[in-house]
Amino acid sequence: MNHIRRKLLKSATFIGATATALSTGLLIPQRVLGAYASEGFAAKDVSGALNGSLGSDQHSESDQIKLKAPDIAENGAVVPITVSSTLGNVEAISIVIPGNPSPLTSTYMLPAGTEAFVSTRVKMGKTSNVIAVVKADGKLYSATKEVKVTIGGCGG
Amino acid sequence: MASIKIRAKSKDGVTTVKTLMNHPMETGTRKDKKTGEKIPAHHITEVTAEHNGNNVLTANWGGAISKNPYLSFKFKGGASGDKIKISWLDNKGESDSGEAAIK
Repeated sequence: MNHIRRKLLKSATFIGATATALSTGLLIPQRVLGAYASEGFAAKDVSGALNGSLGSDQHSESDQIKLKAPDIAENGAVVPITVSSTLGNVEAISIVIPGNPSPLTSTYMLPAGTEAFVSTRVKMGKTSNVIAVVKADGKLYSATKEVKVTIGGCGG
Repeated sequence: MASIKIRAKSKDGVTTVKTLMNHPMETGTRKDKKTGEKIPAHHITEVTAEHNGNNVLTANWGGAISKNPYLSFKFKGGASGDKIKISWLDNKGESDSGEAAIK
């Protein structure tokens, strides 16, 4: 019994050590489940962000996408963003912020039956556009809105 | 562990789910004020939502999602009492999940 317990404890510390090593800012290798868009998140530009998350960087403005974001974000650490669309056959939505060091904030994969609607809160490093990109019927459509970010204390 | 709060309401054939997760969501670029060292990236990378066992959303997240992240989405269908399950996985391999019934 002791022998097995000892082995278990040994491997537990090993896993702990590995986890710590992995967490030191190094990119985590691709996971199989859901094919995490690592390249999209590592991209420093909008084009890379879109290619890596939605498979293309060609998108056209669409008035069938509603992007709700504040005109001025008092706190750049918590900026509420809501994306909704009346386009048909929406498969995925990406929220991209060109002014951030890594523009891709998130991508949402929507199976049939899920509405084209996501709402979340993002970090913005500075005043920048926010681009909501919607993939519908294999094509990309977008809506853009500038969000001013006031940094440093009480909005001034 | 209860790091996930879920509110799910069904109205007119559409269920709206709102969820709040407890997570530091460190980008990996922030520096510790005392030591000057970079705080390593520690953020949720994937969120999956299930309705009665069927996937209704998969989200890929980067460090730019705010700390203690909020997420809301909607899907067609869902009736009062149905189970909604939200699970997350982070870049350190940690994970958690929570369940709630649709109101």
